[in-house]
Amino acid sequence: MSTLVLVEIEEGRAALVSRETLTFARSLGGEVSALVVGPAEGLPEAVVADCAEQGVTTVYTAPTAPSSYAAAAWATIIEAALDASGATSLLAAGTPRGNELLAHVATRRDVAMGANVVSVSSVEPLQVVRQVVGGAALEDMALGGDLRVFTVAGHAVEPAAAESVGAATVSPVAVEIPAGDLRARLVRVEGHDSGDTSGLTSAKVVVGAGRGAGGPDGFDGVIALADKLGGALGVSRVVTSLGWRPHHEQVGQTGSRISPDVYIPCGISGAIQHWAGCASSKTIIAINTDPDAPMVTKATYAVIGDMHEVVPAILDALG
Amino acid sequence: MTNVLVCVKRVPDSSGEVTLTPDGLAVDGRYSGYTMSNHEEAAVEVAIQVADATGGTVTVLTLGTEDAVEQLRTALAVGATDGVLIEAEPDAFGPADIASAIASVCRARESAGTAYDLVLLGNDAADTGDFQVGIRLAYALDRPVVTGMQTVAVQGDQAELRGEGPEGTEVYEVPLPAVVTILEGGVSPRYPSVMGRMKAKKAPVETVTPDAPSVGSGRVGLSVPPPPATSVTILGEGPSAASAVVDTLKQLGVVGR
Repeated sequence: MSTLVLVEIEEGRAALVSRETLTFARSLGGEVSALVVGPAEGLPEAVVADCAEQGVTTVYTAPTAPSSYAAAAWATIIEAALDASGATSLLAAGTPRGNELLAHVATRRDVAMGANVVSVSSVEPLQVVRQVVGGAALEDMALGGDLRVFTVAGHAVEPAAAESVGAATVSPVAVEIPAGDLRARLVRVEGHDSGDTSGLTSAKVVVGAGRGAGGPDGFDGVIALADKLGGALGVSRVVTSLGWRPHHEQVGQTGSRISPDVYIPCGISGAIQHWAGCASSKTIIAINTDPDAPMVTKATYAVIGDMHEVVPAILDALG
Repeated sequence: MTNVLVCVKRVPDSSGEVTLTPDGLAVDGRYSGYTMSNHEEAAVEVAIQVADATGGTVTVLTLGTEDAVEQLRTALAVGATDGVLIEAEPDAFGPADIASAIASVCRARESAGTAYDLVLLGNDAADTGDFQVGIRLAYALDRPVVTGMQTVAVQGDQAELRGEGPEGTEVYEVPLPAVVTILEGGVSPRYPSVMGRMKAKKAPVETVTPDAPSVGSGRVGLSVPPPPATSVTILGEGPSAASAVVDTLKQLGVVGR
């Protein structure tokens, strides 16, 4: 019994959520191998080292870079790596890509897929616990079949080095991509027009803003605070629904899941929808006018007051 | 002319506290009420925009009990042309079952003269969060699929899709017919007019039954995690609390001591 983990790359390293998934994979027992979809040439050393630290002995790669992202083509590469490794379990982080790609593979292999698993309650037969209702409830799910396929919810575990760490071998898999796999493909990426928030899910500090911002012009203070603390801006669903900020900044059930050391939600009431995205924050400092808001009562620390007065005062105090 | 099929799901409104049914196998929506997933509200809006731009029709489909006709009427009230209810107990249906049942409806409609060039679904259901019905459906129909898109523009037999990726707006091109799953945030779902509501009451809804037994979802049971056991420390009120916040940030090592 062995496990193959799809590893995503972020800023030249194995993404935090992928390292978490590698740690999670070890709890299933058996050997763990990794797949990075991209050519062996240009694969950052740090990514191989990250995998090795997690106890991975083989890092599979694609023979050539797919010209652009096409989920079906990536699924074909994953299937080739499954064949090469003989793995009986396939895992990925519960990111948009992870959920998409594993659903392709599960469909092709005619097996079930569990999305956003947080723990394993039984290895044989496999039964997992996963987030449903945006994290407001947990489901016990039986996952049978010759191939066990599931994604691991972001921040379900902390990445931890394996007890015995050796070197990992990089092994390109032989694969041909059928033309049909390229019917739906990414043709271009247009950069964000509103600052860099790509680091939201891995930021150590996140400053949040909700309805209390008051309007599209109400974010200068929280953006300045996020910059000052070297963090990222995250917003509530109401903010993106009203068009005050772009959707990719949303924290919550229908946005990003964050796990910063410190989360500073300003003017966010803290509905379950939002809590689903920020519950993994280690410390929460809420700023809100309402002392009874769920965000305040669930926080570690709180300041009762208007974010438009409190945030500038904090900026002043920081100098 | 692009005929669009948009698939929605009746789900318990989870904006408040979640309660479970006594057997622990489902979320109890009797007190919270029911709605459709946010992503699907966006999918309905995208469907109407595509149909309006190309002179096509919008069929709204759901798999559920007779109560789910309420969600079909919601979509009919904002401009969908007709509805299909696949009448079944949704909790007995796993993602593969649902995809297979929707594929059967697509094939039956195509034989009857209505081919759907575009099938839209939500990116994931707000209750089960499976992230896979759209993909399984695409394979069942042998169509290309793109997930997590926010807008769809149809030009001839091609569609250009846009969504948020890790590095910016991702633009996909896909030949039709295709399956696309929609993430909220790209369009603003419209509200029904009084006229729309009147029309929705009379709009045709076909009821069909699934033609194959279901495999199920693998669900063994549900639980609600206990609330975090933190007790909040109030640092102060108003701007005068700023220095206490900065001290706390220093203790946490976020800013220099």
